[in-house]
Amino acid sequence: MSHAVIIDKAVKRYGDFQAVNGISLTIKPGEFFTLLGPSGCGKTTLLRMIAGFNTVDGGEIRFDDSVINNVPAHKRDIGMVFQNYAIFPHLNVTDNVAYGLKARKVPNAEIGPRVMEALKMVQIDHLATRKPNELSGGQQQRVALARAFVIEPSVLLMDEPLSNLDAKLRVQMRTTIKKLQRRLGITTVYVTHDQEEALAISDRIAVMKEGNIMQVGAPEEIYRKPANPFVANFIGVSNFIDCDVNASGGKAEVTIEGKYHISMPANQAYQGAAILSARPEQLFLSDKGIPGVITLALFLGDFVQYEIRLENDQVIELNEYTKDTDSTRAVGENVFVDFNPRQVSLYKKDSQEVLSC
Amino acid sequence: MLKGRQKSGTPFYTDFWFWVKTVIFVVFLLFLVYPFSTLIYNSFFSSKAEGFTLYNFQRFFTRKYYNSALGNSLQISLIPTIFSVLIGVPMAYLMTRFNIWGKTVWHVLIILSLMCPPFLGAYSWVILFGNAGIVTQWASNLFGFDMPSIYGLGGCCAVFTLKLFPYVYLYVSGAMGSIDRSVEECAENLGSGKLRRMLTVTVPVVMPSIAAGALMVFMTALADFGTPGILAGGNFRTLPVLIYDEYLSETGGNANLASAISMVIVVISLLILFIQKWWVARRNYQMSALRPPAVAEYHGLPRFLVTLPVAIVTLIAFLPQAVVVFCSFVKTNYSNFVFSEGFTLEHYAELGRSLTTNIRNSFVFSTVAIVFILILGILMSYVIVRRRGRTGGALDMLMMAPYVIPGSVLGLCYIVAFNNMGRTADGTVIRLTGTASIIIISMIIRKMPYTVRSGSAFLMQMDPSIEEASINLGVSPMKTFAKVTVRMMLPGVLSGAIISWVTCINELSTSIMLYTGKTATITVASYTAIVRNSVGTGAALASILTLTSGALLLIFFRVSKGKVSIV
Repeated sequence: MSHAVIIDKAVKRYGDFQAVNGISLTIKPGEFFTLLGPSGCGKTTLLRMIAGFNTVDGGEIRFDDSVINNVPAHKRDIGMVFQNYAIFPHLNVTDNVAYGLKARKVPNAEIGPRVMEALKMVQIDHLATRKPNELSGGQQQRVALARAFVIEPSVLLMDEPLSNLDAKLRVQMRTTIKKLQRRLGITTVYVTHDQEEALAISDRIAVMKEGNIMQVGAPEEIYRKPANPFVANFIGVSNFIDCDVNASGGKAEVTIEGKYHISMPANQAYQGAAILSARPEQLFLSDKGIPGVITLALFLGDFVQYEIRLENDQVIELNEYTKDTDSTRAVGENVFVDFNPRQVSLYKKDSQEVLSC
Repeated sequence: MLKGRQKSGTPFYTDFWFWVKTVIFVVFLLFLVYPFSTLIYNSFFSSKAEGFTLYNFQRFFTRKYYNSALGNSLQISLIPTIFSVLIGVPMAYLMTRFNIWGKTVWHVLIILSLMCPPFLGAYSWVILFGNAGIVTQWASNLFGFDMPSIYGLGGCCAVFTLKLFPYVYLYVSGAMGSIDRSVEECAENLGSGKLRRMLTVTVPVVMPSIAAGALMVFMTALADFGTPGILAGGNFRTLPVLIYDEYLSETGGNANLASAISMVIVVISLLILFIQKWWVARRNYQMSALRPPAVAEYHGLPRFLVTLPVAIVTLIAFLPQAVVVFCSFVKTNYSNFVFSEGFTLEHYAELGRSLTTNIRNSFVFSTVAIVFILILGILMSYVIVRRRGRTGGALDMLMMAPYVIPGSVLGLCYIVAFNNMGRTADGTVIRLTGTASIIIISMIIRKMPYTVRSGSAFLMQMDPSIEEASINLGVSPMKTFAKVTVRMMLPGVLSGAIISWVTCINELSTSIMLYTGKTATITVASYTAIVRNSVGTGAALASILTLTSGALLLIFFRVSKGKVSIV
């Protein structure tokens, strides 16, 4: 049975430093929820507060209706997968997976079959009697997974579980984890600094920075409609172009470098400096738009990556798909950069507040 | 889910470690800080002067009888330190960089000769080169050649060098094994020749380890009582011998002066320790070898030539052990071995008749001590690594005190602190001295560092998330400590405990201060037998020590699997 995890104005302090800054989040039952952010943003700290390894210095953490702030870690009924797997080196695979069941006084007759079933689910039932030092990183990761979900926890926590695997295995394992989570329906809180991984695996993502939540949303929402320039830049790549905005009545008149005028939907009235955020693939070369000159063209197979220097000397990145053109532009060529105004984002220059819809 | 009262578990767990810290602290306060403070206090009083006085120190520094001992002590510490570096560093280089024949054998023999009590080495050199020694007799009978005297400064320095160079060897070979190959390759690539590379890259990088080994040599030689005790011919006295004489000899009994002398030794030790730390702090290079240095594969003559020096040095260092065991089977005529009359078991029969108490004492005391060392060692390693805080740091420092407080000084501390602790109702003096407890306590305080160091080294490599995984899976922190933490520290703690055990059994300098007839150990009996010229018995007792140490070290190698450093 899975639970909702409700984080209510949670605070973690280390001396004067506030690692978690009054965060509030509601994670729904059965949801795959990811805490994403650069290192030092407080994501692991928050996860360890849920696990009970860090004290909650302010606010509350609830599982459904019960406050768990003071429930000791070993009584929280949480499964956890650690960054470096934390396999017990003195126990073989079976005993590692059975460890939590034994602690729960599950009858011996039941332990064997449940361990076997868990091992089958992560496809390592053939390694049941191996010692941890005879396992590869990927296999150890599977043991850690099986050990965490075999106890049928109400919440599953994962702390960068894939960061120690090589790139190929990482992609393979994230699919395994995603499928497993779907099948078991356990509320899962996942921590990563890898935005691609977060996008691939999550139902919802909370992007964190310096102990605060920058945005919460489904992967596509976060990618398409980043709430601020930090999210825009952390998830994927974004070009930030200075512009002037005159917005009223749900419409913004945008002027770039005093030359290019374009109108976009806006969520409020505003007049002043702004930042236009556009991803490389949202920009295209056209016969109108922002003038610039190509300074670099990298042919990467499915697309060409251009570096274009605008007239204010800002260099932006633009991707052009090979299927959309017949040839690559030459370095030194003068071009115009254009975009679809409904795709890009617009932020106030000072407050970084979002202006676009 | 989430049954269980709120706030249960964690506070109790915190309490448990609070009590552990408190108990360990009290142990150290009672048996280290308090006795040592008493010693300091005592050193400023004298029966010859009123009240608080510097009389003892004045006497020490002005009388030649005393201050010459200071000079001697410094010489027998400094000279062996220099020679140990000169022997230990090349040995380490040869052993780590070339395919020496019988490498493991040499390695084990070197460690074994380090672990046996130093006075044993001194004793065998007396058997060989003493006034009536085998080699001395042989040289003068056959060639009319007079061997230089083994007694005095030269003898002590030779014995200490051969006995203690293994410290340098062990530290340096550890460091040489962890220089990444690329560092030297890089030096070569930048145009350095082999010798230049050795002098400009390899040696500087292992400098901190050389310093660490040299420090151990210096401290051990300075603190050693048995070697100068046996080799102190005539007027040659060192500070530990002086402490013993001042307090325990028939004419002595001056605890105040002995305390002052002790202070001098401790101050010298501290000074040397600080100089070494200060020097190393500016030269510490963190290295983790991804690719350990290459071991040159030699064949035929070159291989023989690199093996030869290793073999010669090792065999000379190990010779005392072999000589003692050999002599324990040789017939004696009063105080001389008679080699012409074949072998005998009479010395061992003598042990069975009159010295079983000593043998039992050694094993009982060291076993009891080791039980406490194991328990305290496990808890202390955990406190130092995982719950450090201010108390943990303080404990770490207190535990290192035995490095600067020589055994005989600690013995004296206990005498001045625990000889008269008040009277019972019927007027008998309450004292800890003369009991088995005091010897066991001294063993625990002095030998625990080996266990704590290897235990905490193991724990430091162990990822804390393994313990968290256990707690997370529903096992309480206390049970996790027992089931996971202790289980995983065990190889480290056990290997350390074996070394503690070996050194407990071979301990002389504290027990010689604290023993009575009933509590004398093998080392004490062996030492007294030797100085009383009961050479056969002494050799038999010493052989028991050597064989026990050897057996324990073999167990150590099995348990530690090369993962625990012996120094």
